[in-house]
Amino acid sequence: MSQSWFELIQQALGLLFSLDKDLWSIIWVSFGVSLAALLITLLPSMLLGFVLAFKQFPGRHFVLNLVQTLQSIPTVVIGLLVYLLLTRMGPLGDLRWLFTQQGMILGQMLICAPVLIAMSQAAFTSADRRAWETALTLGASLPRAILMVSGELRGPLLLAVIAAFSRIVTEVGCSMMVGGNIEYVTRNIPTAIALETSKGDFAQAIALGLVLLFLAIIMNFALGNLRGKNQVRSH
Amino acid sequence: MFYTKHILGAALTATLLSIAPVQAEEVIKLATTTSTENSGLLKELLPTFEAHSGYKVQVIATGTGKALALGRQGDVDLVMTHAPAAEAKFVEEGFGSEPRGIMENDFVILGPKNDPANIKGSTSAEEAFGKIAAAGVPFISRGDDSGTHKKELKIWQAANVKPEFKGYTSVGQGMGKTLLMTNELQGYTLTDRGTYIAYKGKLDLDIDFEGGATLANPYQVILINAAKHPNLNHKGAKALSDWLISAEGQKMISEFKVQGEQLFKATYRQ
Repeated sequence: MSQSWFELIQQALGLLFSLDKDLWSIIWVSFGVSLAALLITLLPSMLLGFVLAFKQFPGRHFVLNLVQTLQSIPTVVIGLLVYLLLTRMGPLGDLRWLFTQQGMILGQMLICAPVLIAMSQAAFTSADRRAWETALTLGASLPRAILMVSGELRGPLLLAVIAAFSRIVTEVGCSMMVGGNIEYVTRNIPTAIALETSKGDFAQAIALGLVLLFLAIIMNFALGNLRGKNQVRSH
Repeated sequence: MFYTKHILGAALTATLLSIAPVQAEEVIKLATTTSTENSGLLKELLPTFEAHSGYKVQVIATGTGKALALGRQGDVDLVMTHAPAAEAKFVEEGFGSEPRGIMENDFVILGPKNDPANIKGSTSAEEAFGKIAAAGVPFISRGDDSGTHKKELKIWQAANVKPEFKGYTSVGQGMGKTLLMTNELQGYTLTDRGTYIAYKGKLDLDIDFEGGATLANPYQVILINAAKHPNLNHKGAKALSDWLISAEGQKMISEFKVQGEQLFKATYRQ
């Protein structure tokens, strides 16, 4: 190492606090893309989780198993799938979405949907069905009743959202393959860290790593709090 | 969550332990550029050297910038790169020693078959770059501090163009990946001929400009200064460097062909 650790961290903090344009563009891309993917996927996934928990239908077990399997697929495999869909020769080649933010969002949607579905299904399964049935008997509309149950399950559902978001905001495989790490366009925190490290420029990599670390700490605290509350509530 | 971490940790430890430690004596760590690796040259040369010398060569293929950084930090035993200015600095600062020019190939400008920026027939690489910038068509830059990227930046400078025009796309990836992206985006890029030939079958692109002194691409092999990093395999590194400039090594470099085309010209002069 030609620089000491201390110097590198100093430089990294300098970059963060001097509002270095390149650095903040990367952070902006990361959060923009991942939040978009999360928001688009959120409602349909939670509804599917709800249906899987509350309704019996043929093939329900199959869907459940599929979703749980998909949760653990490596992101590079999803990246490969989306790449093959979007490449010029691929079935969606005419969209010209490869190496764009749209393509990245599509990939991240596929990564976070299984997490959202599986975790919200687990949350809804733990719900008190009597409240649900009472609400319906008292004449609440279906959406209202669903909202009421979801309100009861605020904690575990938020857990699902945080888990899904942290999975996509930190993944590098799919973003690199589908986004292509284009400066100011598809370069996000994980792909930028991979690049800066390969260039031997550690200051920016550390600055970006600090952002992710900070995010992870906040999320972990939030999760810890939620877990604590849930345990109290279930006794 | 808590348990998975433990299981993962245990699994990781088991994996690490199960990899039999190779004796440090026999391994030579060579940092080189993606172009020598992607073209298949090293796969052709190294087995012969290994059979002769009994050493095992481990190749770390990255951009020139990273390769030299690895040399600076003493993470490798020698480097093989192609960025003359950066290499001169590397030797001047006392990190590298005994630089030897072993071979050269050349760069070419690839672009779509219909040549939208009309660079065919340009008189120089600088002129071709100027036309690409003026046309505003995509130009895909490696943007990873590699030898190729440094060369590209030099050409922009010589052409008096700031690489910030609409269509300039900096991707921060290796050569092979950059070619595939150029193909997808149907833009222009600067590549070494070796990687282009290796990827030719996968690309819907043509060489739209080649030739001229600007696009020559010399490779050097440089040892790491023993005074800076005494604990490296200097003996092995020297043996590999010596073999690369030997009659046999030079002959193999010149005879190496991909899809019937010669990629590198051996250039070591006694």
